[in-house]
Amino acid sequence: MIKVISANRALAEAVKLAKPQVIPVYPITPQTSISEYLASFVADGDLKAEYIRVESEHSAISAAVGASGTGVRTFTATSSQGLALMHEILFAAAGLRNPIVMGNANRALSAPLSIWNDQQDSISQRDSGWMQFFAENAQEALDFIIQAYKISENKDVLLPSMVCVDGFILTHTVEPVNIPHQEDVDKFLPTYQPKHAYLDPKDPMSLGTFTDPDYYMEARYDMEVAMEKAKDVIRKVNKEFEEVFGRKYDLVENYRCEDAEIILVAMGSICGTIKAVIDSLREKGEKVGLLKIIAFRPFPQEDIYQAVQNAQRIAVLDKNISFSIGGVLHNEIKAKMDVDASGFILGLGGRDVSPEDIINIIKETRNPTEPDKITWVGIKEEE
Amino acid sequence: MEIPEEEFLAPGHRACAGCGATIGVRLALKMLGENTVAVSATGCLEVITTPYPETAWKIPWIHVAFENAAAVASGVERALKSQGKDDVNVVAFAGDGGTADIGLQALSGAMERGHNIIYICYDNEAYMNTGVQRSGATPYGASTTTSPYGKESFGEDKPKKNIPMIMAAHGVPYVATASISYPEDFMKKVKKAKETDGPAYIHLHQPCTTGWGYDPSKTIELGRLAVETGSWILYEIVDGEFKVTYRPMQRKPVNVYLESQKRFKHLADEEKERIQNYVDQICAELKI
Repeated sequence: MIKVISANRALAEAVKLAKPQVIPVYPITPQTSISEYLASFVADGDLKAEYIRVESEHSAISAAVGASGTGVRTFTATSSQGLALMHEILFAAAGLRNPIVMGNANRALSAPLSIWNDQQDSISQRDSGWMQFFAENAQEALDFIIQAYKISENKDVLLPSMVCVDGFILTHTVEPVNIPHQEDVDKFLPTYQPKHAYLDPKDPMSLGTFTDPDYYMEARYDMEVAMEKAKDVIRKVNKEFEEVFGRKYDLVENYRCEDAEIILVAMGSICGTIKAVIDSLREKGEKVGLLKIIAFRPFPQEDIYQAVQNAQRIAVLDKNISFSIGGVLHNEIKAKMDVDASGFILGLGGRDVSPEDIINIIKETRNPTEPDKITWVGIKEEE
Repeated sequence: MEIPEEEFLAPGHRACAGCGATIGVRLALKMLGENTVAVSATGCLEVITTPYPETAWKIPWIHVAFENAAAVASGVERALKSQGKDDVNVVAFAGDGGTADIGLQALSGAMERGHNIIYICYDNEAYMNTGVQRSGATPYGASTTTSPYGKESFGEDKPKKNIPMIMAAHGVPYVATASISYPEDFMKKVKKAKETDGPAYIHLHQPCTTGWGYDPSKTIELGRLAVETGSWILYEIVDGEFKVTYRPMQRKPVNVYLESQKRFKHLADEEKERIQNYVDQICAELKI
């Protein structure tokens, strides 16, 4: 069924289809309508779940960990300051190998206070052990939530997932979304049956114990192995998803990269703008392409290298900043492969990124004034 | 009172000799039984009972962080409910730091939401796991490593935060104070908490040999002195009805309690008198 809805609504619809049994959630702009839609689904009896109206994001993720510990499917959602407040427990959730799925409405972090979009919030949680999937549009938000459960709950992975949607640009913009049938989702995503750990008086276990230096490293290494294995699991789940629902995904999306001289690398909603610019430049004969990163964690370095290795120049667009070193995606690509890449910091705190900005980025990348230059796009001179 | 013989906290854990916390947990679990899931906050109890790959817990147990035991318990309780396992007891154990200080928000939220959980604060009146730092539950005059006595200080300069009354103000249907030195009183309260439909809060006073500074053989004696001097009062609040559950035959002077612990040894007569007056005032109100 096609409905014209926002990414927040699409995300909530996906959660309803995935049937989590416990949903602890705390409202925050621009995530709020996700919590509201889910509350109304539960109130109307359309979603049989325990909805916990927690008093903070810290308790939202804590309750999700407790619930997931008993072996039920769980969901929570947040944004920005809320995700930052969850920080401590994000690490615990991953370390406890809880396959929680979370929606994150990407928003800037304070100070100065901003409710608008950038991706600093989720990028700042990159080392927490969560998988991160960035959606370009509302359809992807829906599709990624459903797939995230299947990936997270895979016995070779058992790591939580974060589905990231750009605040306002996606969360509050309506567009046509294909909502799958419940029977198809049920077939694709059967009930979660934990085998590794659960709280059950019939089979008592201690979860979250204290470890000394003889054991801690192995627990962390197991997470590294799982994150690495997740790449193949994601590909497998993407394929199964395509078979049932007809939409094709991968760790990255390769948009007109094959013969491209210049390739832009980006994540999230900005990819829509970039695709439109590429289409118009291609008509003029310019060989430009886009590599959209869908999975930021696990980091798809092989896929990125394969896509960009033959390009003359690449540009990496970051809606985040790691002060004194540049955008995080830019740095990670530079760290993992020997490529010339210009870095662009843009769209922080909701600063609009126009097609003209993208054209200027391509120009700058074609003839860089210095190698690996980092440019703050549209920065105003001090008055 | 018949005390179940079965143990759910195994011996061989790494608590100090004379540890009051483990006595409390052992007694509580006897009343709760095997059909129970326990949640622990970070703290002494978590560290001494679960050095991986060992565990002292014979029932399912989870620890996540310091300040979120009540929130984790909320999630456990609702998840069990969603699976039709409403009959499973969910108990949270947190120290006074994890309850009165860093965990107060999560506790308030959980209690206000009315989860069917039992929250037991094991109160040893300071951050003992990290070496005796002051908490909101540290009593007036106690010397800790962060409220030490000195030329300009007589130790902790604020009275103990009254968490049970804060819980009562939440409308929690069962609130009680208890002491490990009055096991029958405590266990009856755990039983009532277990039978309560909705949240229950028990604030369990337990002497700490290392933090308070006394011989490990004196733990029970110290707990008794706290109650016999009126420094700790045993009561319960059932659906808003307040009742003292134990009245000392003849209240002993607070000095007996203070002088038996290193943490109060430095106090001058003036401060001891102030403490006695404070205790007298509370006891007068409660006719103890």
